Amino acid sequence: MAGIDIDGITKNFGRTEVLRRVDLDIRAGEFMTLVGPSGCGKSTLLRIVAGLELQSSGSVRIADTPVDSLRPRDRDLAMVFQSYALYPHLTVGENIAVPLRMRRLKGHQRWPYLGAFMPGARGIERAIAAEVEAVAAMLDIGHLLARKPGQLSGGQRQRVALGRAMVRHPKAFLMDEPLSNLDAKLRVHMRAEIAQLHRRLGTTFIYVTHDQAEAMTMSDRIAVMMDGAVLQVASPDTVYNDPTDIRVAEFIGSPKINVLPAIVRPDGGLAVEDSVIPVEAAAPPGDPVKLAFRPEHALLADPAQAALRGRIAHVENLGSDILVHVRVGESGQPPLVVRTAPNGHRHEIGEKIGIDLSSRPPLLFGRDGKRIGVGAARRREVAHG
Amino acid sequence: MSARPTLGFAILRHALLLLGAAFMLAPFVWMISTSLKPSTEIFLDHVRLWPDQLAVVENYTAAFTKAPLLWFLLNGVIVTISIFALQVLVALPCAYALSKLRFKGKQALFAVVLLCLLIPPHAISVPLFLLFHQIGILDSYAALVVPFIISVFGIFLMRQFFMTVPDDLIDAARMDGISEFGIVWRVMLPTAIPALTAFGIFSVVAHWNDYFWPLIVINSEHLLTPPLGVAAFRNQEAGTDFGPLMAAATIVIAPLVIAFLMAQRRFIEGIALTGMK
Repeated sequence: MAGIDIDGITKNFGRTEVLRRVDLDIRAGEFMTLVGPSGCGKSTLLRIVAGLELQSSGSVRIADTPVDSLRPRDRDLAMVFQSYALYPHLTVGENIAVPLRMRRLKGHQRWPYLGAFMPGARGIERAIAAEVEAVAAMLDIGHLLARKPGQLSGGQRQRVALGRAMVRHPKAFLMDEPLSNLDAKLRVHMRAEIAQLHRRLGTTFIYVTHDQAEAMTMSDRIAVMMDGAVLQVASPDTVYNDPTDIRVAEFIGSPKINVLPAIVRPDGGLAVEDSVIPVEAAAPPGDPVKLAFRPEHALLADPAQAALRGRIAHVENLGSDILVHVRVGESGQPPLVVRTAPNGHRHEIGEKIGIDLSSRPPLLFGRDGKRIGVGAARRREVAHG
Repeated sequence: MSARPTLGFAILRHALLLLGAAFMLAPFVWMISTSLKPSTEIFLDHVRLWPDQLAVVENYTAAFTKAPLLWFLLNGVIVTISIFALQVLVALPCAYALSKLRFKGKQALFAVVLLCLLIPPHAISVPLFLLFHQIGILDSYAALVVPFIISVFGIFLMRQFFMTVPDDLIDAARMDGISEFGIVWRVMLPTAIPALTAFGIFSVVAHWNDYFWPLIVINSEHLLTPPLGVAAFRNQEAGTDFGPLMAAATIVIAPLVIAFLMAQRRFIEGIALTGMK
């Protein structure tokens, strides 16, 4: 178990800058998720930590020791790949045993056929077999040890890959989208299982995914990455409710956060479409800002009294919730989504409806996409620009 | 498969195929037939596939006794196996580097490999002969084996196959602590068995049957490879004795034919694979 410090990592592939000065401190035993759209550099960052890719500048420290000059094998990390990357010619048991055999047996003891007769090899092999069995039992794949990866289902292969990573008790686990090849149902199941595994092992996990749901459900902290930079590092709760950047707000959460362009009025309110919302923004009058709110932080209301008015464009019934899509104003804005509890009321398409935002202050983002304060009290805390 | 072919078409098709097969097989049939005949029946004025008098024992005994045919066969085995083993030793690391490692000039290097595919072996045979004369390894096993150790075709074939191996597998091996050479032999080699089989077939067939190069570099009888050994029958002091000659030819061809029959499925798989990838 070890903390991992990522310090000013930059990576260029030719002229394209994939990572721009990424700093990230991962605490010992933490489940840290790197999340972001594809191409944001999250996998590259993970591969740099693993030592599979060399950074252009910056350094990585594992347990306060710089590892930049170490080969992957000497960093004592284990990695789980999206494609599982099991050795197709070895059985499940042999696959799991590889990291141990490579570390514990000397070259001549690993010779095919003859190796077993080398002095000392038998005992080591027996110890390895016992450990492999223990790990397999933990992952519930003990009955598959004699099979080849080709005979396994996706979920079973995933477990074998996990077993191969776990077997040598590395300082940290690196996982590169390990669930994205599984079907939706199994993915949800494995999500819980990996989170439990983390709790049981107590080892540092770095988990890369483009799926914000995986990030939200499993992590201690999330690092949201976009265009080669880390935008925000915080707990899932904070990232969801208190995003520092409009891109974070838009990436995290499903359905997506509602965003409306607004103008700061001289009297302190916000002009949105044809109405005025009584929210004071920490920005000079006349500035264009973005007003954002989560679907569950708004209420449907009587159009006469609500801050925003529009017509219902679409209704999605999820059983536990109803998502009401409301088209506000005449401009080409995508409809706003409001999450309501099913209360027997049927919403008709085309019905006039209001959206009430008074229950919770909306999030405001400045011209550059950074979060700005709401209300006079918080104006001093947040610097604009 | 839109419609079943009509019976007439099926007959025509098979007739054509049979004709083609007969044409291809005729020399072999004639060889085997001749190897069964006594010398009196070989030069008859009419075609006779099965002799009146079988001379199998005489001809085949003669094949083995008149010249050290077994020794020639052993030479063939030594040479083809050495060539293939050394080719693999060179081609696999090369193919791995060309397909999976990142280094400057990789594309250029691969272009050079492709270019080398275009050089006919006969074109460089004279310089090679002179070179071997200089270093003094003419008329030896080394002379038979060394020119073929670097198989450009093998590098190309294995590189194409390695391109299809996922990068994740190699990264996983690196994380597990396998060295780069270890990856070649422990990870790439086992996954590349089908491609390697195909390459092995091409290599062994080509060098077992090679007549040209051994003819140039070999003088001593004890180094003759099977095709040369068969040719040596013609020059035996007794003059050309076609019965034993054809028996020897049959024996020389037999190992490849038997190997093909036994590994027919793999053979076709391998060839299909090289076509696909």
